[in-house]
Amino acid sequence: MSSIASTTGNAADQASQWTLMWWAFRRHRLAVLGLMIVGLLYFIAAFVELLAPYDPDLSNARAVNHPPQALHFIKKEKDGGWSFQPYVIGMTQKRDPITLATTFTPDPTKTVDVQFFGKGEPTKLWGIFPVERRLIAPKVLGERFYLIGADRLGRDMLSRVLYGTRISMSIGLLGVLMSLVLDIFLGGLSGSYGGWIDATVQRIVEFKLAMPTIPIWLGLSAALPQDWPPTWRYFAITIILSLIGWTELARVVRGRFLALRTEDFVIAARLDGCSQMRVIFRHMLPSMVSHIIASVSLAIPMMIIAETSLSFLGLGLLPPTISWGVLLKEAQNVRTIAEAPWLFSPGVAVCLAVLALNFLGDGLRDAADPYAQEGR
Amino acid sequence: MLLAYVLKRLFWSIPFMFAVSLVAFALIQAPPGDFVTSLAATLAQSGDVVEQARLDALRERYGLDQPFLVQYWRWITGVLHGDFGQSFEWNQPVSDLIWERMGLSVVLAIATLLFTWAIAFPVGIYSAVKKYSIGDYIISAIGFIGLSIPNFLLGLVLMYIAVVHFGSDTSGLFSEQYQQAPWSWDKFIDLLKHLWIPVIILGTSSTASLIRIMRANLLDELHKPYVTTARAKGLSEWHLLVKYPVRLALNPFVSTIGWAFPQLVSGSVIISYVLSLPTAGPLLLQALLAQDMYLAGAFILLLCCLSVFGMIVSDILLAIIDPRIRYR
Repeated sequence: MSSIASTTGNAADQASQWTLMWWAFRRHRLAVLGLMIVGLLYFIAAFVELLAPYDPDLSNARAVNHPPQALHFIKKEKDGGWSFQPYVIGMTQKRDPITLATTFTPDPTKTVDVQFFGKGEPTKLWGIFPVERRLIAPKVLGERFYLIGADRLGRDMLSRVLYGTRISMSIGLLGVLMSLVLDIFLGGLSGSYGGWIDATVQRIVEFKLAMPTIPIWLGLSAALPQDWPPTWRYFAITIILSLIGWTELARVVRGRFLALRTEDFVIAARLDGCSQMRVIFRHMLPSMVSHIIASVSLAIPMMIIAETSLSFLGLGLLPPTISWGVLLKEAQNVRTIAEAPWLFSPGVAVCLAVLALNFLGDGLRDAADPYAQEGR
Repeated sequence: MLLAYVLKRLFWSIPFMFAVSLVAFALIQAPPGDFVTSLAATLAQSGDVVEQARLDALRERYGLDQPFLVQYWRWITGVLHGDFGQSFEWNQPVSDLIWERMGLSVVLAIATLLFTWAIAFPVGIYSAVKKYSIGDYIISAIGFIGLSIPNFLLGLVLMYIAVVHFGSDTSGLFSEQYQQAPWSWDKFIDLLKHLWIPVIILGTSSTASLIRIMRANLLDELHKPYVTTARAKGLSEWHLLVKYPVRLALNPFVSTIGWAFPQLVSGSVIISYVLSLPTAGPLLLQALLAQDMYLAGAFILLLCCLSVFGMIVSDILLAIIDPRIRYR
């Protein structure tokens, strides 16, 4: 008994800060689940060309608002035998002669065979490397299937949502990174110098917090010229989001700096004759990295929601850029969503991403200070 | 002491308001081109021939060719007299257009705040007292989901459910017969009947975060020695809870006026657009897109002022219920 206790005690004594954090983090089941989902989403964002079955802009006039088709795995042959062959059941389109409304009915005689790692239309990964294989593709090149339906131009929703992942997830990350630089700079300035610098920065922060975010966002984005190319607009929106979102972290960083200023190791470094810059970047910053990571992972979902809302209103990203918000703009009125509820699927993606990031951030925040938890 | 604090707080808000108005005006000035440019574009699109002289005359009439500070001065002096300028798009004074809509926005925000309190207060206490019970877990899970769903998405889903399952259209704040009618008791009742959907949608995320704050604060208080003392003295559990720890944990409720109220007012911009409510949101959006700068500016300024006002009220209320704050 005692030997086990002493070895575990030793392990905890010898483990590095990061190991301790990992142990604390692992106890949080939901946070680990969140980490996996977030990892998956960024994997999708990175390799979407290999995952999406179709080009997201490939339209099909005969599949307007095509409903989703379920994926079947076991194909029964006519003679009673069976084989492993993924397929979807095709649908025939009928037009009501009076109302002219189109309806799709499943037609068991028509099937579209599906192949994993099959060949799709050639495209370029990150615009550079030519690729042909897709995670999931029709067996016969040119056939179409819609696992989560199609939009009003007959474009495959699955491919569009997957491509939207790239823009939506990256805009959150990029926006947070930008505001992070501002936060660390201002928070560090105010926390490590104090005095009138601190007072000035704090007044700016308070002013910023008093401004209502949404009207300011709307005003700034409405000020962007409509004829800018998509990449410019992407960066402009990112900058707007980061300008609005920075204050929270500046306060955290300032508080940490104030607390650390009187720590023994900081005083020792200063007495050793380190320059102010070296004290800040070499000695103080590393000890708050974990806090910063935790705050960042809680800030990303805010940015994702902000981008989605802006694009949804038509003030953020604009087509042909594909983001979850741009896709949701299609599902704006009741009639559309009552007819084609699958246009909601980007919304499911938003909720999933935000929920996963929130869980992850929550777990990280609890794990950020492993020494404090040992004492409790 | 309290009076001095209140006066100091009010005094500080003056430079604040000034900065806010400057930002609001800079924001409406920011788009390249001005209203006349977009008017010319609209006219040209419909095939009208636009004379340069007429455009210049329009610019001069509205003072659009003046430098920024001159325009700002004209605008802000007007605003102080209650004149927000002319809406180019509607051809009406801005002040005729905004007040009813701003009023409905504020009504919506206040109703949502009351809803948030009414739910968060008992649920937060329950969640803290019965920590790690099944109920607590369920509440936490719902809270997390409530925080994660963007407002407008929740609105769309509720509208979808209402249309598909109940067959009723839930958009708007009034039934058709009351839309243009003057205010009356029946119209008020009708408003209440429509108000609950946007209130729920708008209130979900702030309720969720308030429950979490209430729970955390109360948990901190529940293990303090004075609670044990009170229990040892034989106070009933309910009495003990409500009399002491809850009172201390109540501070965040008051400070919600500071952060949640402005958030609700400006947050309702998006949800009003989705549900097509006759509040400030849709008109602000339209004005921004058409570069109707006086109209947009008036809305942005008023929304900013409401935020500042909310902060002042919550600071003063906090100082009243918690004397420690006054001496900081």
